[in-house]
Amino acid sequence: MFAYIARRLWQMIPTLLGVVLLVFFLFTWVGGDPAYLLAGKISNPEQIENIRRQLGVDQPIYVQLWIFITQIATGDFGVSWSTNEQVSDIFATRLGPSLTVLVPLLLVSTLLAIAAAMLVAYLRGSLTDRMVMIGCTVGQSISILVYIIVFQYLLAYRLGWFPVQGWGKGFTENLFTYSLLPIIVGVLVSLAPDTRLYRTFFLDEINQDYVRTARAKGMSETRVIWVHVMRNASIPIITNVMIQLPGLLVGAFLIERFFSIPGIGREVLLAVERSDFPVIKAVTIYVAIATMITNLLADLLYKAVDPRVQLK
Amino acid sequence: MSIASHAESPGLWVLAWRRFRHDRVGLVSYYIVLLFVALVAASWTGLIASDWEKEVGVSHAPPTFLGPGAVASHIEPAAAPQSLHSDESAESNVIDPLAEVLAEIRGGKPIGAADTGIVDPLADVLAEIRGQSGSASATETQAATLLLGGDKWGRDVLKKVIKGTETSMFVGLAAAALAALLGTVFGAMAGYYGRWIDDLFNWFYSVFTSIPYLLLILSIAAVLNQKGTITVILILGLTGWTGIFRLVRAEYMKHKVREYVQAADAIGASHMRRIFVHILPNVSHVVLVQLSLHVVLFIKSEVVLSFLGFGVGVDTVSWGSMLNEAQTELLIGNWWQLAAATAAMAVMVTAFGLLTDALRDALDPKLK
Repeated sequence: MFAYIARRLWQMIPTLLGVVLLVFFLFTWVGGDPAYLLAGKISNPEQIENIRRQLGVDQPIYVQLWIFITQIATGDFGVSWSTNEQVSDIFATRLGPSLTVLVPLLLVSTLLAIAAAMLVAYLRGSLTDRMVMIGCTVGQSISILVYIIVFQYLLAYRLGWFPVQGWGKGFTENLFTYSLLPIIVGVLVSLAPDTRLYRTFFLDEINQDYVRTARAKGMSETRVIWVHVMRNASIPIITNVMIQLPGLLVGAFLIERFFSIPGIGREVLLAVERSDFPVIKAVTIYVAIATMITNLLADLLYKAVDPRVQLK
Repeated sequence: MSIASHAESPGLWVLAWRRFRHDRVGLVSYYIVLLFVALVAASWTGLIASDWEKEVGVSHAPPTFLGPGAVASHIEPAAAPQSLHSDESAESNVIDPLAEVLAEIRGGKPIGAADTGIVDPLADVLAEIRGQSGSASATETQAATLLLGGDKWGRDVLKKVIKGTETSMFVGLAAAALAALLGTVFGAMAGYYGRWIDDLFNWFYSVFTSIPYLLLILSIAAVLNQKGTITVILILGLTGWTGIFRLVRAEYMKHKVREYVQAADAIGASHMRRIFVHILPNVSHVVLVQLSLHVVLFIKSEVVLSFLGFGVGVDTVSWGSMLNEAQTELLIGNWWQLAAATAAMAVMVTAFGLLTDALRDALDPKLK
């Protein structure tokens, strides 16, 4: 087990190096000299000169790459070009709001999708199954933007059940006042694709021989479904949820933007709008690292759930 | 296929078409997609909706079935967040009093350029535009209602939807074609040659997939810092090849040891010939299904990108930019642009998705 983890971590190094090179190439060669980019945004020429010196724009390319690698290793990406805030501070303060919305969102949507998928898989071929599947296909085809716009307008703006947008101070206030509508919209958006996907996972298991055996020896239907089928179908579901995790942090940017939640996703959008390269670079690198680590964790969890899985 | 004198066994595509013909849902969605393609072609060649930028109706003209009075009652001037044109709201049912101001605003920048003494290359075009808008406000009265309503400037929403469909579908198809090309070539190389070439492309793959898709797109958009249809196509195509690569690579690994490839080797076919002439037709159904899956994915991404303002340029209309306008219009009760863009996109994406499912069933009957 330990040897496996060590090997996997070792294998991450070339990938990480690739990500670093990709980001470096993008922002140094394609992005160009920050002086041109910032000319209209920062009026103080000394500040631009500082940024150029910090990046080593006048230095040879390998020196610039080395500066970038030390930045990643020390976690010190300097200050944001537009707000002068430390990049590390930006992350520290934005992570909390993001998680306040995302953790309940992920829990609720996964549980609901599992329940719905199990129901339609159990009733496969029936009218309910077909109606739910058609509903999912149509629901999936509507842009996430429309869900957010319409729900924000109807439930918050028109009916006034929720605040239109905003963010408070305390955790309970945030969770139960400001996060509720974003969570509801997020659950609705992810429910359709998740239900469709999990349904296929359940269908794969429900036709297996062991299910027939379990029924043949007189087990209750509840036990067959909730213990036997569930345990086996949970393996791909776990992988699916784990793989979604890092992307979700950024992927929720639309929700964060519409509801003015000061999270990571909104910060990324703002940074893209302002050409705030240090923030984007830092997010890209760290989210890539997080992705690799969660992939490893997913494989380990896979092993924990299914003892037949051989890690090699 | 022509009926040969000897019994010729039907090929993959003939069999697939036979299966496909019996799939009623697939067939209907196929015709809907064809309809959309025809619409895009007509709009692209300028047969329809070429004058979508013309302000044919009054500002915020309601759809015809609502009648002309539908707008004024809804408008709460304080709620209109777009300050630039919010002052035109109350009088919107009268002949547009701001038509001249508008013409001036639109002509504003080039006039400024002419004042500096530089010869304005667009002067003629400008005169023409001003002449048109002048005559429009003088002779034709702007319609009080339009079939599907109008937007803030009184442009016909129906024409905008058609034009937006053209943009979004073009981006989706072109980006999917680019991604499929890259994914197929990379996958073919990696799967066929194996060894260090495989390692190299796998390394590429793991680098691209370890950055979440949307984050990668946004970073590239930030770096390029320019909008435009071609930019969006490049961004989506250059980042979206990974899924296709994985599948094509697996297919090539499976096929390269088969007997027909060995036979091709025996008669002296070159590597390139074996890859692209012998194996490619046998894996092309995988590519086709992936291609149509990616069209839907890219259309959705384009809509989000354009909505956020990182997508198509300001002079192009897409479903995303329509949704962006519709967001502020909804606050003053004008729901038709939102409904039109949403409906067009939902029908198109659903039809394409069902078509993809039908294609997969028809091409790969072993798969459930």
